[in-house]
Amino acid sequence: MSSASVSGSSFEPQWILPSRGRVGMVSLIAAESAIFTIFVVAYIFYVGKSLSGPTPRDLLTIPVFATICLLSSSLTIHLAVRALRSTKIGSFGFWWFVTLTLGTIFLIGTAREWHRFIFHDGLTVSTNLFGTTYYSLVGLHAFHVTFGLIVIAIVMTFTLLGKVTSTYSERLDVFSLYWHFVDAVWVVVFTVVYIIGR
Amino acid sequence: MASDSIAINPAAVATRSIGERLHDWVVTVDHKKLGILYIVYALCFLVIGGIEATVMRIQLMVPNNHFVSPEVFNRLFTMHGTTMIFFVAMPILFGFGTYLIPLMIGTRDMAFPRLNALSFWLTAFGGLLLYFSLIGGNGLYGAGNAPDVGWFAYAPLTSRPFSLGHSTDFWTLGLLVSGIGSIGAAVNFITTILCMRCPGMTLGKMPLLAWMNLVMAGMVILAVSPLTAAQIMLSVDRYLGGHFFDTQAGGSAVLWMHFFWIFGHPEVYVLIIPAFAFVSEIIPVFSRKPIFGYPVMVAATVCIGFVSLSVWAHHMFTVGMSSYANSFFTITTMAVGVPTGIKIFNWIGTMWGGKIQFKAPMMFCIGFLFQFLIAGLTGIMLAASPFDWQLGNSYFVVAHFHYVIVGGILFALFGAFYYWFPKMSGRMYNETLAKWHFWLFLIGFHLTFDFMHVPGLLGMPRRIYTYEPGRGWEIWNLIVTVGVLFQIAGVLVFVGNLLWSLAKGEVAGNDPWDAWTLEWSTNSPPPEYNFARIPVVQSRRPLWDVKHPEDPDWKYE
Repeated sequence: MSSASVSGSSFEPQWILPSRGRVGMVSLIAAESAIFTIFVVAYIFYVGKSLSGPTPRDLLTIPVFATICLLSSSLTIHLAVRALRSTKIGSFGFWWFVTLTLGTIFLIGTAREWHRFIFHDGLTVSTNLFGTTYYSLVGLHAFHVTFGLIVIAIVMTFTLLGKVTSTYSERLDVFSLYWHFVDAVWVVVFTVVYIIGR
Repeated sequence: MASDSIAINPAAVATRSIGERLHDWVVTVDHKKLGILYIVYALCFLVIGGIEATVMRIQLMVPNNHFVSPEVFNRLFTMHGTTMIFFVAMPILFGFGTYLIPLMIGTRDMAFPRLNALSFWLTAFGGLLLYFSLIGGNGLYGAGNAPDVGWFAYAPLTSRPFSLGHSTDFWTLGLLVSGIGSIGAAVNFITTILCMRCPGMTLGKMPLLAWMNLVMAGMVILAVSPLTAAQIMLSVDRYLGGHFFDTQAGGSAVLWMHFFWIFGHPEVYVLIIPAFAFVSEIIPVFSRKPIFGYPVMVAATVCIGFVSLSVWAHHMFTVGMSSYANSFFTITTMAVGVPTGIKIFNWIGTMWGGKIQFKAPMMFCIGFLFQFLIAGLTGIMLAASPFDWQLGNSYFVVAHFHYVIVGGILFALFGAFYYWFPKMSGRMYNETLAKWHFWLFLIGFHLTFDFMHVPGLLGMPRRIYTYEPGRGWEIWNLIVTVGVLFQIAGVLVFVGNLLWSLAKGEVAGNDPWDAWTLEWSTNSPPPEYNFARIPVVQSRRPLWDVKHPEDPDWKYE
């Protein structure tokens, strides 16, 4: 026993560095933000510059339900990770499943919107500038949601197989940063496309 | 201290077949092997890009020359620019960073070793994709093979009607893929530097190389991502019939310029900051003094990182922007010169009163100092927008940025090669040959790029494939091409020196320069685990503390 332990605390300076997963994920999110910024700038720059119809005002309806679903999935994934940290696997599985469902509902909403635009209104990427910018920006976001959902589904499978324990809470916490980012991007996309751009 | 290593039975190493060793290199996640892969890969592309430049210079040597056709000339300057920036400069600097950062911050590997391998292979296949256009670019149209849209590929030249076939698609995809690789490498650099430092190495005690690569990685994240986004948009235009850059449907060609240069200008600093990093490590060691003004160096680097993100439109003065935009970008561009000037003074301050040893790495760094200063001065000239209206897109601009890239970055890189060659290979290079390399390359560089300014001032535009006699450009172009011969001779000496020293050079030992950073405390070449025991540092020069226990640095920091 060294003399340091007598007082109950160590005098050795602690060497604590930030978590690799978090720093890596934050860096990735910064890069993704730059990519989305360029797409958002292009969308705003081209608002009202289409030479032919249809225009955003003709087609867009505000996707209230899908937005509520996606934004609340941020809360449910947080609850899930918190449950996992305190080793409540059952509670984790429940909230993780709710997150998966909410994300899927959002994606179905986007798919229905696209289906309506393409087959009913005849708007495609090549129709006009609105089509080009709308499908690119919303599509880029939907791509990120899809990627996130694939990861969530894989973790869900492992949960059902009973392989997920609280040792993975750090990793899932890092992943939840990505999911929060996807939600935050939707707030921007929603504002730009469905409110300002209309 | 950490020079003790774990003994490995040498017989076990020697009996491995070539196939096994090749397999090792392909599947490796070791930062040192990946660093060397990056460097070797970039050197191969350096030779290819150099041959392209040489062919262009032969074509321009005399007026009315017909060495290559105009179409081939367009492909040559496109491929030369794209190759040199994306597949030589970026990978070679990432290679040095990947190799050196974990050694210098006292850890055993990068934060994400597998991501490291992924980044390298994405970059590598990006380059192959670009050059695959020579085979697959024709498409069904009988259009040209290699891309011929210039390295910044302005719209609407890249749209389907003007770029038939697949050559532009290969350009786009090559850059998209290697861009994702670069972002992966940058994420890895940042995470490694922030999360993997050895005990005691606070941010204020980190080697400047690590600091500068941290800033560089942050800039890659903020600058390469816009390029990736723009390439996605261009792909949407070309494959799905989108209209982002289609002026016929209301799209904007100028938007592409903005998106490209939002990447393009910070990219210059992405390349030069690692060059600063090499110089900041080499000059102190060969001046036998610690770096002058360490905190100011760090602050200036961070400052350059921020300011350089807001200078991009100085590439677009001739496009016709508003007077407010012209003024803004003139001022910001000139402002970048301030922190850069501070750095130059700091390097001179480091040399001042030092015992300077004129070894090859130091000579290249001194060359860098002078040439980078001149390159910066022509940069300030071009930053003045009225001056740029006169000389934009002329050979003056070509001379300016080659002065930065060859006179600055390449000279610092050659210095870095000689400085760390003993560490990477375990053997010493030949100093006489290195001096020959320096002088030949210095003469060649100045013949080529000093005299290249003159035809620019006389009105010679860039990217023309030939010119008429009687404009006063002939003699200057001839001198420029003669300089290329000296540069080629210098590079041949360099390659010869490296290959010869690799096989026959004398054994270098762990610390041939009596240097102060952690990479010199381990074996040359370092074992796979880098350090048998993770070092603990107390100052910016941990090896000084070990060598001089009576007068350690940490007493004064």
